[in-house]
Amino acid sequence: MPAAYGPQSLTLTVNGRAHEVRVEPWVTLLDALRERLGLTGTKKGCDLGQCGACTVLIDGRRELSCLTLAATLEGCEITTIEGLAGPDGTLHPVQAAFAACDAYQCGYCTPGQIMSAVGLLREGLPESDDAVREAMSGNICRCGAYLNILAALRQVREAMAEAAS
Amino acid sequence: MTPFSLHAARTSDQAMALLAEHPGAALLAGGTTLLDLMKLDVLAPEVVIDIRRLDLASIARHGDGWRVGALARNSDFAHDPEIAARCPVLSQAILLGASAQLRNMATVGGNLLQRTRCPYFRDVRYEACNKRRPGSGCAALTGATRMHAVLGTSSQCIATHPGDMAVALAALDAAVLVRGPEGERSVPFTEFNIAPGDTPERETVLGPGELIVALDIPDLPFAAYSKYRKVRDRASYEFALVSCAVALDVQGGVVRQARIALGGVATRPWRCRSAEAVLRRAEAGPDTFAAAAEAALEGAVTRPDNAFKVPLAKRALARTLAEVAEMAEAQA
Repeated sequence: MPAAYGPQSLTLTVNGRAHEVRVEPWVTLLDALRERLGLTGTKKGCDLGQCGACTVLIDGRRELSCLTLAATLEGCEITTIEGLAGPDGTLHPVQAAFAACDAYQCGYCTPGQIMSAVGLLREGLPESDDAVREAMSGNICRCGAYLNILAALRQVREAMAEAAS
Repeated sequence: MTPFSLHAARTSDQAMALLAEHPGAALLAGGTTLLDLMKLDVLAPEVVIDIRRLDLASIARHGDGWRVGALARNSDFAHDPEIAARCPVLSQAILLGASAQLRNMATVGGNLLQRTRCPYFRDVRYEACNKRRPGSGCAALTGATRMHAVLGTSSQCIATHPGDMAVALAALDAAVLVRGPEGERSVPFTEFNIAPGDTPERETVLGPGELIVALDIPDLPFAAYSKYRKVRDRASYEFALVSCAVALDVQGGVVRQARIALGGVATRPWRCRSAEAVLRRAEAGPDTFAAAAEAALEGAVTRPDNAFKVPLAKRALARTLAEVAEMAEAQA
């Protein structure tokens, strides 16, 4: 194989920590996280950008790690589910709400759901339930835990309103 | 995915040089179409040029409207306060497309090059696809065609153009700024996509070595009264069965100007000039809107699976015309 096809060395900044990795051009961020960095919290569902299980934050925005090449991310801040809780293990408010509301069944889509919801907080959590459903439609839950996911986001919204008042 | 070499361009000049050096190279921006189709083995470029770091993401006033850099993200474009206020049809179209994650990734320029969702194009196990393998035939012609086009089709291809933003751009008379080896040129958006005809593999007028630099959106005063309606099988995160982009200038109960385009029913974003002609100087009312909808679907070629799209599109368009007219009249 020509040299241009070979692995490239780069620094991926994940959850505030710099990781030196060597990846071939076609390695996705999803595979780099799971297979090279051992961060298996980010899940592979469809691997085609349709299910949302692989959602992570890139520079604060929710994006799909299965459709992003790792080699294009030098200098970007990547946040995965492993990076949400505080150093002392305190859960992120979205994580705590998912636990309190039992917002999952098998749990496979949950990291993607939570990362998507955290991204949504930054975009502005909508007021109405319908708008929350719309904003979360990129995350498929095959168990159908949508009602409790919505309940968790309602809880987050109420907690934020209370904190603001 | 077939292995490829990856080259990063930091400037447009570098991207142009790399394109000249590697004919047939794929440009990588948001990656939402390219990587999807590479994983499906529909595309297998030997060289990929990463243009994500090019300084082409700004959205700014320009001339009589706005210039939107090709690398502006769809979500940033849709949420731009001026665009949302002055061209609601455009913001709505973008926000009714894909999912939040995909809109955060997808770029304006890349979105113009979005490929069809025709299942026979996307699945390489079907040998016959004139888009994928020119001259191999069209599996859709004898296949399941519920999602396929009824306007602008040919005997070689009936694949639907899947875009939402593109439908609004067609209605608004946007233009695409393209940079090529010979310099820059501006292409009216309604001429950017080409109907399949005998060359379904050719979807746009982009030539070899050309790069989409920006999109120019005119500031049509009456586009403040505009709307995008999308009819689909699910409430969210689904491609259109039928969609329509409508902007109307209505004063004293009479339509002065109209801009109409349809999506989900055609092989390219479908501007409906004959429907606009029916509306011009006509009384804003149900009969006029029904006549315009008839005109919009004129020439539709249906199959048993997709014949429902014709009445669906007519009703969706007539209803949207009525809603926009009411909105425009209330503000006049």
